[in-house]
Amino acid sequence: MIIKVLGSGCKNCVALKENTEVALKETGIEAEVVKVEEIKDIIAYGVLQTPALVIDEKVVSFGKVLKPKDIVKILEKVK
Amino acid sequence: MFILEWLNNQLLKMEWLSNLVKYLVENIFGLNVQDRIGGSVHFFIYDVIKIFILLSVLIFIISYIQSYFPPERTKKILGRFSGISANILGALLGTVTPFCSCSSIPLFIGFTSAGLPIGVTFSFLISSPLVDLASVLLLASIFNWKIAIAYVVVGLVLAVIGGTLISKLKLEKYVEPFVYGNKVLDMEQEELTKKERIDFAKDQVLDIIKKVWLYILIGVGIGAAIHNWIPESIIAAILGQDKWYSVLIATFVGVPMYADIFGTLPIAEALVLKGVGLGTALSFMMGVTALSLPSMILLKKVVKTKLLVIFAGIVTAGIIIIGYTFNAFGYIFM
Repeated sequence: MIIKVLGSGCKNCVALKENTEVALKETGIEAEVVKVEEIKDIIAYGVLQTPALVIDEKVVSFGKVLKPKDIVKILEKVK
Repeated sequence: MFILEWLNNQLLKMEWLSNLVKYLVENIFGLNVQDRIGGSVHFFIYDVIKIFILLSVLIFIISYIQSYFPPERTKKILGRFSGISANILGALLGTVTPFCSCSSIPLFIGFTSAGLPIGVTFSFLISSPLVDLASVLLLASIFNWKIAIAYVVVGLVLAVIGGTLISKLKLEKYVEPFVYGNKVLDMEQEELTKKERIDFAKDQVLDIIKKVWLYILIGVGIGAAIHNWIPESIIAAILGQDKWYSVLIATFVGVPMYADIFGTLPIAEALVLKGVGLGTALSFMMGVTALSLPSMILLKKVVKTKLLVIFAGIVTAGIIIIGYTFNAFGYIFM
């Protein structure tokens, strides 16, 4: 599984990446977390708000700093 | 009418707090509030506490309302309108759509790729930082309701005219080509529950307070200094009502500065108390909030310099006109 965090480097994006890593640890799911900072790459996903979370090329959330427990829920749904 | 006025004075202007702080300064610090030092200390403590209380309550209420207008929905609503009504709606939605400045680039691209005219997007981008619901209530608290409402109206008019001019000038060619034709995600945030809206509002309060507390302290500090330490004659010589250049100075000092509107209000308050024209103080406030170097640098990534300069020029000219108008007719509002 590849998880991408979209956002041009503001504080919220860093927080989302950290929360994602916490959630992965909790669920024991193995995944690669990548940060996407280049604007051209971010807009390719069509989101209006950052930070956004993309799992296996599918946008699952945008404009929110999800808490680890929210990410756990999403991870369990897509698994 | 009497009850309304009492509520206005106690809840919005917080006269009880002013009296409480006065008591504190006089009896515990042993300073006279009529003196310079006592006056500054009173201004500082009273303004800081007042702004933080108002800000927390207001942002909570406003964020709750805003949770009904995510940018994705705003984009859809705007897509159904055209011409000047789209600009008016863009300006109005700019006041209630929550978005952080770090999202302004994806938002610009998303709006444009969805086929919205750039003029409408600019109407949105002008009104969004300028006319904030919270700032309106703060203006009512510091000045009065007439000024607050007049501020909203001129802010919205500026956003509508600015956006319309940018449409009429046909500046689409000055937008970077990669902005067009991107795929637009057709996905709305899931409908939120009441609890999620309350959580969102709480998070917004914490986020915004964390972001602006320093600006507020600095703003109130400058306000206190103007209030009690800078001689009125100096301020009158530079920014006095009778000086034709006062609005120009206030605007050009304000434009490059970057601060939150909440940090700017106490400065405007102190200036008006010192006899500076209302229009001059408003020009300064609008200059600080509407245009700033950091937001320009962000926008530069998606539009060419020429469009950026025209945008800044239109907004600056608008702010100057608003300043002179308020100075000329300001007596109606005081």
